[in-house]
Amino acid sequence: MINNIFKNSIRFIVLVLLQVLIVQNIRLGSYIILFPYILFILLLPFETPKLVVLLCAFLTGLTIDMFYDTAGMHAAACTLIGFSRYYILKLLSPREGYDPGLIPNVDSMGSLWFITYSAIIIFIHHLFFFYLEIFRFNEFFRTLLRVFLSTIGTFCFIYIVQFLFYKTDKNK
Amino acid sequence: MKNLLNFLYRNNFFFVFLFLEFICILILIKNNGYQGSSLLNSSNQISSRIYELESNAKEYLLLKDENERLSKMNTFLMNRIKLGYAAIPLKTYKKNDTLYKQEYEFMNGKAINSSVNKRNNYLTLNIGAQQGVTHDMAVITSDGIIGIVKDVSENFSSAMSILHKDVRVNCQLKKDGTYGPLIWDGTDYRFSNLTDIPTNAKMKKGDTVITSSLSGIFPEGILVGFVDSYEQKPNESFYTVKVRLSADFKKVNYVSVIKYNYKTERDSLEIKSQVQGDK
Repeated sequence: MINNIFKNSIRFIVLVLLQVLIVQNIRLGSYIILFPYILFILLLPFETPKLVVLLCAFLTGLTIDMFYDTAGMHAAACTLIGFSRYYILKLLSPREGYDPGLIPNVDSMGSLWFITYSAIIIFIHHLFFFYLEIFRFNEFFRTLLRVFLSTIGTFCFIYIVQFLFYKTDKNK
Repeated sequence: MKNLLNFLYRNNFFFVFLFLEFICILILIKNNGYQGSSLLNSSNQISSRIYELESNAKEYLLLKDENERLSKMNTFLMNRIKLGYAAIPLKTYKKNDTLYKQEYEFMNGKAINSSVNKRNNYLTLNIGAQQGVTHDMAVITSDGIIGIVKDVSENFSSAMSILHKDVRVNCQLKKDGTYGPLIWDGTDYRFSNLTDIPTNAKMKKGDTVITSSLSGIFPEGILVGFVDSYEQKPNESFYTVKVRLSADFKKVNYVSVIKYNYKTERDSLEIKSQVQGDK
């Protein structure tokens, strides 16, 4: 339990620093914007109480807001995915339920399951965030394109990055 | 009452979610005002410290470009000082400083964080209230205009870049003084749009665009960019001019912050006459 909290805190700090110091400087044009920090919310263990997930997501969002000058936008989007994660996990649950002590990554659940799971959550986050950021409808289709391209970008990034964590898990 | 509490307890997950979203929206709305809470932006203690460390590391990589620009600026300034001018041998020529008032004051600062790829871009500067920065001051580099200061903390300040959906700077064509607001459409950080230019204005590619004194923030005549193309959109009686910005927003490093000494006086006068006009 304590070990779990420690591992997740480290992951939180590493992902926030990765987002703020490195990913923020990756500039792929104004249509592809990467937010791999939400991997922290994706990788919380299955048995984490749903209220804890919600609060963690909210705090993660606030932390990113502090660095991005977006005041509440990341927090709102993260809280939404913290909320929907519970229902998505329920929807994607295998017949015999999730094994306790696992975290939702490629290693434990297989790549097809992980792709569905993360793609849905990343899409919800980006959809909500980009429309909240622009907050008007006259750039509707341009924002939609931005949502789709960024979802693909973030997904690829997350898919690669989470192998780093998977490797350390295997060594133990 | 008991039923209500029961209902709340059974759906606590949903209600906690609603409550957190409510807080987020509250923060968002509160910060939308021109002077939002400065706890949650990048001028606070933790994030500005981290950004400063990052900037110190990155500075070494940009030294060459920065030196080049500094030496250019030096030559430019050397050309303006007395050394480069011959004295006018006329007794009647007299410059008396009491005839001039200093309208704008310049402060030197460094951008420790900046972005170009978001819809609303911001910069964090390493000077703040202690150095005399207040909100609504202009930010420029030697290449052109950069943005407007929004929030200020003790030693840092956060500025909205002109690449922001809410920033409108009044600019004019240097040639004939036709003016209009400069608005960024969110696509390319190298270009911005000068709107509301009357169709009888004559211009061609490469014409200079400068700031106008109408903005009340920027001094008149600071370089903004050059005309790239212009078009008349259907159903509109104005031109929209695509402007190639002269400042390179990817390489913003040392900036000048400009204080307009008569801002409060001018603003209060303008508001006063507007209020009287409305009556």
